[in-house]
Amino acid sequence: MTKIPALAAALMLSVPALAAAEPGRPLTVAAQFEIKGAEPSTSGYIFTRMGITETLVDADAEGNLVPGLATGWQVSEGGLNWSFTLRPGVSFHDGSPMDAEAVLNALTIARAKPGPLASLPISGMTAEDGALVITLTEPSAALPAYLAEFRSQIMAPAAYDADGQGIAVIGTGPYRVTNLTPPLSLDASAFEGYWGAQPRIAEVAYDAVSRVETRALMAQSGDANFVFGLDPASVARLGMSDAVEVHSVAIPRTLLLKVNAGHPFLNTPEARRALSLAIDRDGIAKAVLRYPEGADQLFPPSVSAWHSDSVEPLGYDPEAAKALLEGLGWRAGSDGILAKNGARFALTLTTYPDRPELPLVSAVLEQQFRQIGVALTINSTNSSEIPAGHQDGSLDLGLIARNFSLIPDPIGTVMSDFAPSGDWGAMNWDNPEFVELVSGIARGDGDDADRTHAAEILQGELPVIPIAWYQQTLAAATDLRGVTIDPYERSFGLQDLERTE
Amino acid sequence: MKSLVSRIIQAGLVAVLIGTATFAMMRALPGDMAWRIASHRYGYDNVDAAAADAVREELALDGPALPALLRWLGDLARLDFGNSLVSGAPVMDEVVHQLGASLQLAVAALALSLLIGPPLGILAGLRPGGLLDRGLLVLSTGLRAVPQFLLALVLILLLSVGLGLLPAAGHGAARHFILPTVTLALGLAAVNARIARDAMARIAAMPFWRFAEWKGLSRRQVLLRHGLRNVAVPLVTYLGLQFVTLVEGVVIVESVFGWPGIGHALVHAIFARDVPMVQATALVLGLGFVLVNAGVDAVTRTLDPRGLA
Repeated sequence: MTKIPALAAALMLSVPALAAAEPGRPLTVAAQFEIKGAEPSTSGYIFTRMGITETLVDADAEGNLVPGLATGWQVSEGGLNWSFTLRPGVSFHDGSPMDAEAVLNALTIARAKPGPLASLPISGMTAEDGALVITLTEPSAALPAYLAEFRSQIMAPAAYDADGQGIAVIGTGPYRVTNLTPPLSLDASAFEGYWGAQPRIAEVAYDAVSRVETRALMAQSGDANFVFGLDPASVARLGMSDAVEVHSVAIPRTLLLKVNAGHPFLNTPEARRALSLAIDRDGIAKAVLRYPEGADQLFPPSVSAWHSDSVEPLGYDPEAAKALLEGLGWRAGSDGILAKNGARFALTLTTYPDRPELPLVSAVLEQQFRQIGVALTINSTNSSEIPAGHQDGSLDLGLIARNFSLIPDPIGTVMSDFAPSGDWGAMNWDNPEFVELVSGIARGDGDDADRTHAAEILQGELPVIPIAWYQQTLAAATDLRGVTIDPYERSFGLQDLERTE
Repeated sequence: MKSLVSRIIQAGLVAVLIGTATFAMMRALPGDMAWRIASHRYGYDNVDAAAADAVREELALDGPALPALLRWLGDLARLDFGNSLVSGAPVMDEVVHQLGASLQLAVAALALSLLIGPPLGILAGLRPGGLLDRGLLVLSTGLRAVPQFLLALVLILLLSVGLGLLPAAGHGAARHFILPTVTLALGLAAVNARIARDAMARIAAMPFWRFAEWKGLSRRQVLLRHGLRNVAVPLVTYLGLQFVTLVEGVVIVESVFGWPGIGHALVHAIFARDVPMVQATALVLGLGFVLVNAGVDAVTRTLDPRGLA
């Protein structure tokens, strides 16, 4: 029996002892996202957020497009030819130059995979002297914003295998990967050859930690200095700790109810408005999400071009909801649930537990809909059941969190979700006026009045029912200076941090 | 020799059975495989019909099931486990990385539990009904009753957040081992202390024990010469069984401490319908049990050769 402890000791010694490496104390980021490998289409958002890879176009905190690896871009008369001037003198972490051929290679690979680039009307891309030229078959004003999305990140030719699969993370960012161990960890250190300002914290690390309780405790004990994905209860507790400061910012993500507008119970705007009136948004925001208020329209104030002060805000009025449904011929049955022509007003609400607040909110919705005589069955399952149910028509209602800023210009998401419908947007809803309006905006012909009008159509027709605007929270160690949260969730901002000693 | 051959045949049968059963179960699970795989590859913000169709086409998921299974079995015979459907990386690399991390944890926890449990159990068993025996009963019942999830969080709160002695979670340095190992070991020790105590009490009540004392051996001599070997037989047999509980506990402990282990990998692979990953993980765990059982058999036979004659 004495051999077993000896074996254990031997195994323990074989583990690399990091404990002694104190001088360049790494800054550790903990979040829930697991690393699937060196593949940009699956894990690229971790590499861009950690400052390892970059995109041609960048976005600032207001969502304005700013130069990234491209210093500027011009579009030809007619809007079909785009030229992106590449930043000179930039090299990848492996020393190879970031030139037009490398950029063309990375974007050609990205476009062949599922993602937003594949949906653009691109007829050709060519590498010219110090520039990348993209040719379209029809104008698309939002093209630069698509190039700011994480799947359009530029990695060196050596980062891909012959099939275009990512095999190493070789970017141009301020940090270069020193150790990548999927699924849970990544280490990086400052890249001396970076084209911009050198980061002040030399060593950074990323830990994927799936349990929110553990992440909160890591923030409290100082094992992680930058912790994302906190639940409301942890935020309240961490707010009382001296070791960390909780930062929070409104982000362009909306908690909403996706509605099957082709369902016989839901195929009128009145029926959808009745459901909307039954939702106590402020109650859900305060009690479940611990936000100050609920959403009164689809686009949060941070999406300033699409948020409109002139639309009539969505309200809470269960009596008005009942009256609307009565006007549609629904009468309360013996069990309190509405019925019409022998059919009960019963629906299935599909949601997914990846975001812990979704099942909680759906339980509250079940109660609130029951108040107006609508019965809900909650199905909390895999997130893919929602787009799959959209495709085969089986979805009634879906409770989802929709991000309008994956592509920093919301027109990309608006087009894919509402013109006329999309896997994560409207379902069986076709409004030709809306489609024409947003197609014009996408081409580059629209103005703010068109965007306001489009927002009004969504508010009046309710193809999706908004519930709350998200806030991103971050627990950062108090000895860090320069902490910001990017509302567009593109960067952790590590290169701008410094430690106060 | 004969038992070795029979174990190898057993291992082969286990491999084919597990591979076929996991394959059939994964196909029988509700939900469309292409959608599930796509949602795990690209995340909920990005999974759509185009992504699912691309996955379906890339992996030829619409094809008939039988040829796919036969291909997997053929590859298995050449020790090729295929690539993960989610990450595209060779399954063997992922399994080795994650199994290695789990094994380190499991072996360390088992070793620590043996240092805590059996010595206390033997001492208690030597004086059944004594203060130590009664105290140990309360303690081990209590520890066994606390869910490992809670025990882990309490340990983190006390030792990491409260005293700042150890990291709350993570993997890589030796000090990351301590909390998950202690969490697992306390649960294991709670039970193997009871096994050792019962075996000791039973043996101490036997006539040969009294005879040994009567012929003038000291208590210590009786224990070392006649006690330990007898106690070890039920204990070793039970350790084989505990390995099963350990795999169970490891899933929870790994997720709490952010440990990249096989339990974690198996659960995620099932959600993602990552069939080759599930097959390989289940296979490795299944063969692990065969190996552990063979080891337990060999050790008990050495400890107690009477059955051989």
